[in-house]
Amino acid sequence: MATITAPTAGHIATGEAHAHEMSFLRKYIFSTDHKIIGIQFLIMSLVFLLVGGLLAMVIRWQLGFPGQAMPGGGVLPDTMAPDGIVLPEFYNALVTMHGTFMVFFAIMPLLVGVFGNYLIPLKIGAPDMAFPRINMASFWIAVPAGIMMIAGFVVEGGHAAAGWTAYAPLSERADLTGVSMGQILWCISLIILGLSSILGSFNYITTVINLRAPGMHWFRLPLSIWALFVTAILVLLAMPILSGAIIMLLFDQTLGTHFFGPAQGGQPLLWQHLFWFFGHPEVYILILPAMGFASDIIANGSRKPVFGYASMVFAILAIAVLGWGVWGHHMFMSGMNPTLGTSFMISTMLIAVPSAIKVFNWLGTIWGGSVRFHVPMLHAVAFVSMFIIGGLSGIFMASTPVDIYIHDTYFIVAHLHYVLFGGSLFAIFAAISYWYPKMFGRMMNPFWAKVHFVITFIAYNGVFFPMHQLGLQGHMRRIFDPNEYEFLQHLQGINTFISISAFVLFAAQFIFAINFIASWFVGAKAPDNPWDDNGLEWTVASPPPHGNFATIPRVFRGPYEYSSPLVEEDFLPQNRELPPQPAASAAHT
Amino acid sequence: MNWLLPPGASTFAGEIDWLYYVILWVTGIAFVATEVALVWFLIRYRARPGVRARYYHGNNKAEVVWTSVTAIAVLVLGLMSAGGWNRIKGRDSVPPNAFPVIVHAKQFEWEITYPGPDLQLGTADDFTVRNQLHVPVDRAINATLTSEDAIHSFFVPAWRIKQDAVPGMRIQVWFQPTQTGEFEIACAELCGLGHYRMRGSVTVHSEEEFDRWHRNGGQLALGQ
Amino acid sequence: MKRILIGGMVLSLGACGGSEEAGPEGGDAAAPAAQAAQAAGGGSVTGVVDFTGTAPVNPTIDMSEEAVCQRKYATAPTDPVVLVTDGKLANVVVYVKSGLPAGQSFPVPSTPAVIDQEGCLYHPRAMAVMAGQTIQIKNSDAVLHNIKAVPTKNRGFNISQPRAGMTTERSFTTEEVTVPLECSVHGWMHANVAVLSHPFFATTGPDGSFTITGLPAGTYEIEARHEELGTRTMSVSVPATGSASANFTFTGSTS
Repeated sequence: MATITAPTAGHIATGEAHAHEMSFLRKYIFSTDHKIIGIQFLIMSLVFLLVGGLLAMVIRWQLGFPGQAMPGGGVLPDTMAPDGIVLPEFYNALVTMHGTFMVFFAIMPLLVGVFGNYLIPLKIGAPDMAFPRINMASFWIAVPAGIMMIAGFVVEGGHAAAGWTAYAPLSERADLTGVSMGQILWCISLIILGLSSILGSFNYITTVINLRAPGMHWFRLPLSIWALFVTAILVLLAMPILSGAIIMLLFDQTLGTHFFGPAQGGQPLLWQHLFWFFGHPEVYILILPAMGFASDIIANGSRKPVFGYASMVFAILAIAVLGWGVWGHHMFMSGMNPTLGTSFMISTMLIAVPSAIKVFNWLGTIWGGSVRFHVPMLHAVAFVSMFIIGGLSGIFMASTPVDIYIHDTYFIVAHLHYVLFGGSLFAIFAAISYWYPKMFGRMMNPFWAKVHFVITFIAYNGVFFPMHQLGLQGHMRRIFDPNEYEFLQHLQGINTFISISAFVLFAAQFIFAINFIASWFVGAKAPDNPWDDNGLEWTVASPPPHGNFATIPRVFRGPYEYSSPLVEEDFLPQNRELPPQPAASAAHT
Repeated sequence: MNWLLPPGASTFAGEIDWLYYVILWVTGIAFVATEVALVWFLIRYRARPGVRARYYHGNNKAEVVWTSVTAIAVLVLGLMSAGGWNRIKGRDSVPPNAFPVIVHAKQFEWEITYPGPDLQLGTADDFTVRNQLHVPVDRAINATLTSEDAIHSFFVPAWRIKQDAVPGMRIQVWFQPTQTGEFEIACAELCGLGHYRMRGSVTVHSEEEFDRWHRNGGQLALGQ
Repeated sequence: MKRILIGGMVLSLGACGGSEEAGPEGGDAAAPAAQAAQAAGGGSVTGVVDFTGTAPVNPTIDMSEEAVCQRKYATAPTDPVVLVTDGKLANVVVYVKSGLPAGQSFPVPSTPAVIDQEGCLYHPRAMAVMAGQTIQIKNSDAVLHNIKAVPTKNRGFNISQPRAGMTTERSFTTEEVTVPLECSVHGWMHANVAVLSHPFFATTGPDGSFTITGLPAGTYEIEARHEELGTRTMSVSVPATGSASANFTFTGSTS
């Protein structure tokens, strides 16, 4: 560690010297400051979150009020919704792009791009990322990918409509969907975005390994950093698989290769194996950082050390390792050898164990605490309670015989939204409201933040809980109009209820958006440490200066020393040096 | 809230439904226990003046207990599932005397080919019917799934059977209806703009009725 | 074959000869300026397409699953592959295959070609359009139809019309004989669109007759094309004004 301290200190000096001379462009647009890049990712991915949500509203309009003209739908061209009534091919594009935007352009950058960037250097006591320019590149590579993905809506033939999983041959042959350019743009955009993710992830890995402040041992890292670190490793290993598969798909579409075309000797299942070999680690990429944020915030809100810190770390590692061996559970019905189904079922069942460990440890953290119900804590607790539902519903589809019935039904849709929205997105709301004061130097309005939380929590459950019921009645996912089937007609009432809940849910997000924007300008000035947290980021100003720390901090303990008997207050920052107390200092790491 | 599955009409329904209810109970208990504990802890340990949180880092015994209990529970569920899976989808699970049909999926229809009177597929007397699956009750049916274009998924909710039809592959799926009547075939895998109405009908006949239909099959059929 | 060769020679002569109007077929009649402005010559080709022999039996369509369409038929509908009425053959596209001056462009008809989906069948089943001409696709059935065009030279499309009364407009940019249209929801639904680079075409109705108008004088190879029965060709000399006749005969038991 000592060898690193000297050069980084020098780096800070130059950084601060430059801070005053930098143009607006260099400071806020083409910035190499990890904090600015994190905020850039935040704004970009919140915009895409809004886009993805808007697409979901159109989907819900069609399902809740099938065949009726959508309010405001008249602005859409006749190739999407003539007279405001959604067309089936547009519906398929909506379903595809909702998934694509949410997974690749909203949730993943929110978790990894935003908080990986913002938190890692601050929380480990580093002045910036290991490679600040590559960091800047990773953002500016993601921007054209996003523009390209949006452009797909206006090209001839419409946007990609083969599902966000782009199963070949539907994605490969333009004649099957009528979509050619849209699918090609989808491919190119994701290849570019993959490059951005790869650049970001090795930066995170290098930074965590090399730039930890003196005394920041591996087992003194906050769980959010552990989660982001392990996630970065997963991204680095998984994204190239997706990129490779998509390049093959792109060749099939444009160069006449037939990797996935069976008539010429290709194999459609190869796409599924490649996609899910990426896709299942991706699922954990989308939840591990959320778990990390929840751990940090729940410990803070409970004023108690995290219960079983070491087992939490090992659970993260176990999920990351086991996550590579479960991809086949997406393919139980695909026609792969049924014997493999049993192996994948067992590995899938096993991965429930580390997830359960985490839930029990969160419960254990709250137990015996002194719970402060600040807004981040509300979202973090909602995360835990929704993740329980999402985790438990996963057991149904892990059981291969039950999956025969519920595979590709709304039960799956309910499950994945309980994990991705109930899990990841609530944790993202928790994290944004928690670190907002540090990012912008102002507090979000707590009253409107609580209003947003309450409406979101209720409406969210109104949307996704009844989807379990739809799935149990056999309601297939990705169908434009379930009333075509007699056995689904009696479910229209539930679908309408879900849609109305969805509209409320979407509307409530504007409370968040307005609070987010308004607080930036008129919010109460944030103190350095509004939540009485122990992390290093709370020891510097809000927002922190360029270069973060005036001097590199020294770390004396783990991040969760709340309610320690050594001090009078109920928190004990990681870098506070206590006078030697021979009896007590040995009690903890 | 209705957690019951709709009535089943094949020999698989009993096993799948039973397993579903077992999992529903196990997860239901886990759900109630964890959520109640969560809410209870939040209320019980809310911040109150003068009360300091415990300074407590965890308990290895508790970790071992809940890790083992969870691991055992999911492994037992896994082992219980494995048997049913093999009986339904195992490669050698198809009964030898099953009645053979070919279900050929294409955008957006099911072409179902029946053997003629010789009960052999691939002979001249085969006939094909569009979107109509006719089968006898209480007899195993062995369907060979093929696809013309995209991936489709053959789904008969009442029979609790689902299997993708993949172009370039011939996938066997078998089932044995236990009730006569009309049911629906749905496509469960996104296959294009007409996916939502890639619907077929299933008619389960009594043995005699099916024989009559089968003998007259050529008349109702589209092709020869 | 011979005629095509001659045509080819004429074309190359024309190319070499520059400004001179060469050859008997090149057009001793209409001046180039007039041709460019208005395709219309004064000549026309009329005729009848006869059918002799036994017509193949059209297969019955089982529409029981689509009650909306089945209701439109008193008796079980058949797939109108070969439509013969009193010895006359319908759904034959008759068009000028060759003989038009090279490099000449013709104005695109401003009226759209209409194809209707009614009773889960295409009406008409065979049609010709000029490249660039609007094709108006209508759905008169209260069910989902999708219209899938699988061309080889043009850009294909695959669009849906889930409701009755919908119309969608599309066009093809390049000559292609023929582009098949199909509905993937109702596998029996087929239609064929001949896309031509000129407006000299016609389609026979139930009476088997056709008229191609507006032709400049000249000798043309006329082709009659039926999706199932194949093609017949004939060389026709068209006067500057007035009509030339061309009658075609298809015979049954071709297969």
